[in-house]
Amino acid sequence: MNAIVKEKAVAPEPAAETAKREVLLKVDNVSLSFGGVKAITDISFDIQKGEIRAIIGPNGAGKTSMLNVINGFYHPQEGTITWQGKVRRKMKPYEAASNGIARTFQNVALFKGMTTLDNIMSGRSLKMHRNFFWQLLWHGPAANEEIEHRKKVEEIIDFLEIQAIRKTPVGKLPYGLQKRVELGRALAMEPDLLLLDEPMAGMNLEEKEDMSRFIVDVNQEFGTTIALIEHDMGVVMDLSDRVVVLDYGKKIADGPPEEVQANQDVIDAYLGVSH
Amino acid sequence: MLYDIFIDPFVQMYDMPDFFLQVLWEGFVAGILYALIALGFVLIFKASGVFNFAQGIMVVFAGLTLVGLNENGVPAYLALILTIGVMGVLAYGVERVVMRPLVNQPDIILLMATIGLTYFLVGFGEFVFGGEPKQMITEQLGLPTGSTAFEIGERGLVILQHIDIAAAVIAVLMVAALGIFFNKTRIGRALRAVADDHQAALSVGISLNQIWAIVWFAAGLVALATGIMWGARSDVSFALEIVAFKALPVLILGGFTSIPGAIVGGLIIGFGEKIGELYWGGLVGGGIESWLAYIIALVFLLFRPQGLFGERIIERI
Repeated sequence: MNAIVKEKAVAPEPAAETAKREVLLKVDNVSLSFGGVKAITDISFDIQKGEIRAIIGPNGAGKTSMLNVINGFYHPQEGTITWQGKVRRKMKPYEAASNGIARTFQNVALFKGMTTLDNIMSGRSLKMHRNFFWQLLWHGPAANEEIEHRKKVEEIIDFLEIQAIRKTPVGKLPYGLQKRVELGRALAMEPDLLLLDEPMAGMNLEEKEDMSRFIVDVNQEFGTTIALIEHDMGVVMDLSDRVVVLDYGKKIADGPPEEVQANQDVIDAYLGVSH
Repeated sequence: MLYDIFIDPFVQMYDMPDFFLQVLWEGFVAGILYALIALGFVLIFKASGVFNFAQGIMVVFAGLTLVGLNENGVPAYLALILTIGVMGVLAYGVERVVMRPLVNQPDIILLMATIGLTYFLVGFGEFVFGGEPKQMITEQLGLPTGSTAFEIGERGLVILQHIDIAAAVIAVLMVAALGIFFNKTRIGRALRAVADDHQAALSVGISLNQIWAIVWFAAGLVALATGIMWGARSDVSFALEIVAFKALPVLILGGFTSIPGAIVGGLIIGFGEKIGELYWGGLVGGGIESWLAYIIALVFLLFRPQGLFGERIIERI
């Protein structure tokens, strides 16, 4: 664990005093529809480097669609996405991945037949560069490279405290641990932006606390920018630096947690005031 | 009756060891050929989790392309290279036209797509090469055609066709190459990832398109080798497509995801079939070769549904 910390010691300033930070990702006037159904309507917001950004909203508000737009699963019909200062063209998910965007899924998308170790190793696939002829020979630079990646993966396993299940096929693991492995796989990509889709769904209190701790640690120790969708308001308010609120595919609020919490539109949306 | 089932066959094996050896050899060769075809299925199954219905017709198509090119005056070796090229184009085309639009669809949709591909290739193959059986260009490709007889004991004789020996050698080389390719390279891990979960594979930066094209090309190469070997023993005709489904019991035995499993499964089916036919077939009027394999597979399914070497099926409820 120490090694990762050292390597990634970008030392992000404490969240509170960051008035003006570099914008990592900017979403401008994005609209997305499936046939006649509008999933997202004219949404703009940004994600600043080093922050934890929460996206909240009632069910069906378009939160997951928004993540899918960011990581290239969906292509919005309108609007632009600016990634690290450059307007992004239509991008495939694996291109988004190689550009430093990693994610986890609402309903855990792991490689169920593989072990924890292999699952997390698969997060390194973009970082393996050696010609596969070398890999065929299993020798020389390729072997060294594999060892290096293994080291990195072991560090992540230590960090997430999942040493005990290294060799267990993930399909056998309880849900909470699967979520943790999925986080591990995303971390193995050493992403600039980490998208977490309901990282705490279906967890008990203790598991939620663990997961919150990991998220904060990832953010503070590695300096990874995080965008997360979460329903547990306590968690959202504790963790995030800024919150964007969606309802029926539209943005209804955006700002620091306290401000959003007090916003009348947000209260209405969550209490279900008729539209 | 009991004597006929439990004792007589073994007495025969003991009395005529040369005949028994010949049967074993036949079983071995049949097994190798089944293994080759099963190998093609395994590759696709590993990467997309579907049973590729089109593997049988790909064997026919590869064989026909090779022979057809040669008939039109292309020298044998050049024809072989061109055929490899054609299989590459086919792989790319399948990825582009069939697989890519179906990302994230349920497996059953992909299965139906491979059935569609089968009918397309049948029609296209007949359109281009005609429907009649063709002779494989065994000699032009430099494959041996003779046979060697070994004397066993005083009057025993075992005859080995050279082409069968070549088939065995090629199969072994092919399996070794594929085994190394998929186990020692990152493509192997990517392959399993793709088969397991499309979305997740995409999210860690694996290009589905690339992996699928590679795998279909590898399956195409296996199909070509199978087409040559099978074609050399009989003819290159559309009937081979049906024989290809013998791979199904082989896969049930060996496991749908295992390359060694395909080999072992193929050999078990090959041996079982030939020995069963020649020593026990007479009891039920012969002809059991065509269905015995399925019985073996069915019995096997009861005990190991994932096959001998298949990945264990894990389902958490």
